[in-house]
Amino acid sequence: MTNLIEVDSVTKRFGAIIAVDDVSFTVRRGEVLGFLGPNGAGKSTTMRVITGYLPPTIGTARVCGQDIQTHPVEAKRKIGFLPEGAPLYGDMSVQGFLEFIARIRNLSGKHKKSRMDDVIERMGLAEVLFQRVETLSKGYKRRVGMAQAILHDPDVLILDEPTDGLDPNQKHHVRELIRDMGSDKAIIISTHILEEVDAVCTRALIIDRGTVVLDGTPGDLHARSRHHNAVVLRMKGDEANRAAKLLRAIPDVGSVEKLDAADGVSLLVVPREGKFVAEAVGAAVRENNIQVVEMHTEAGKLDEVFRQLTVGEEAA
Amino acid sequence: MRELRIITMREFFAYFATPLAYVFLVIFLAGAGAVTFFIGDFFSRRQADLFSFFSFVPWLFLVLIPAVGMRLWAEERKSGSIELLMTLPVTTGQAVGGKFLAAWLFTGIAVVLTFPLWISVNYLGDPDNGVILAGYVGTMLMAGALLALAGCLSALTRNQVIAFVVGTAASFLFMMSGLDLVLSVFKGWAPPYVIDMISALSFLTHFQTISQGLLHLPALVFFATMIIVCLFINIQIVELKKAG
Repeated sequence: MTNLIEVDSVTKRFGAIIAVDDVSFTVRRGEVLGFLGPNGAGKSTTMRVITGYLPPTIGTARVCGQDIQTHPVEAKRKIGFLPEGAPLYGDMSVQGFLEFIARIRNLSGKHKKSRMDDVIERMGLAEVLFQRVETLSKGYKRRVGMAQAILHDPDVLILDEPTDGLDPNQKHHVRELIRDMGSDKAIIISTHILEEVDAVCTRALIIDRGTVVLDGTPGDLHARSRHHNAVVLRMKGDEANRAAKLLRAIPDVGSVEKLDAADGVSLLVVPREGKFVAEAVGAAVRENNIQVVEMHTEAGKLDEVFRQLTVGEEAA
Repeated sequence: MRELRIITMREFFAYFATPLAYVFLVIFLAGAGAVTFFIGDFFSRRQADLFSFFSFVPWLFLVLIPAVGMRLWAEERKSGSIELLMTLPVTTGQAVGGKFLAAWLFTGIAVVLTFPLWISVNYLGDPDNGVILAGYVGTMLMAGALLALAGCLSALTRNQVIAFVVGTAASFLFMMSGLDLVLSVFKGWAPPYVIDMISALSFLTHFQTISQGLLHLPALVFFATMIIVCLFINIQIVELKKAG
């Protein structure tokens, strides 16, 4: 069985509000799914349904083949979950809290000790082990939340905004950790940091107003951008007009836009339908002897795609 | 069972992580001493029994038990840790039961710490220790029923103060429902069987029966039923509240 997470036409209503509307997807072992969407799009609600915190109004979710509604305890054993905001028991010490989680997760003896040592080391918690959780900084709390989620080495990890509140070094560290674990688990992370998708995810799912609007690889996401395969040329100001005219003549080029750069001018050559024009542009530059300082191809702008797909909503 | 025990222990030690436990123990013990010796006329009665203690215990509990029960769920909902707890591999029943047992265990410690009263009365005279034991059994049963009730109400709100105030009011009603103060509200319009039913719900009446040394079966069944019904309702409230 490779599909560790199966979300089967889940709808969740709160009174008259439809938070999640007929969402289905699966996550295989080895996949890291980035869950994107504006605030209030239904990301957290979907994660709460998968982890068994909220019962869906219609549909169901299965984790490692166990239905979260009919076999909640068996399914929950397979999941490591970092809830939004990483709520913890503030009145416990880090050590005491992790001991509690280990016990309730049925870890014991040598195995427990080695798992505890492993997560304490991985999350860098050794120096705060005997501090009360409520006295910790936001970053440390998040790390305790992560430690709690991975303590029993679960097959399925569901992390609601795992890097929120972390400094750049910690962010990098957590992303590395997720990438490391990604090979033998099924992981869902929600985020509204789009670079995170490129950094750790093998797949992205954009959800807006409760429905899935895109499901694909980060590459697919980039390809949706108007700037996908666009070529940027930086040159001296007096060359720009002549160059723009020549470039517009290339068959697959849709438009050429002038962008003011700090030293000189940049031309943005936007292709038709994301076609690859770098070669043709390069040839044109050489043939016409245009003095170019820098030239590169754009992969596509994720925030632009995100806005395109989730129009009318507050951009995250 | 394993999960129930783990949750119970976590919740039990959580009491001692905050000053609440110590404040509660000090006030309960000082209160127990004060009511027994001063208000209860322990010495001038010249009787070797703990009647003066047991007759005031319900009134101490009225204020102190909701204070123990108020945090059980309200705190969990406020901090959001309920989301953590309910996504661990435990059933709602284990969570509700574990929290209740922890609160009961904690109250039990407070009750056990009144042992100097028992030593005093044995030193001064020759009391019927069977009656005293029955009194303690009754005290624990009543504490259990009040805690189950307080836990239920705590699950309804994320605000501990509301949980405390509503808990005290509800405890008061159940405690007093055998007395005219409460019954007179219903007299005059409610049919007699309703009034009988309400007065039969009185914690005080059942407690007094037991603390007079009668381990009267209906009174024991009454408290056990109260606890089970409240825990069952508590489970329903937790499920309902998290469903949104």
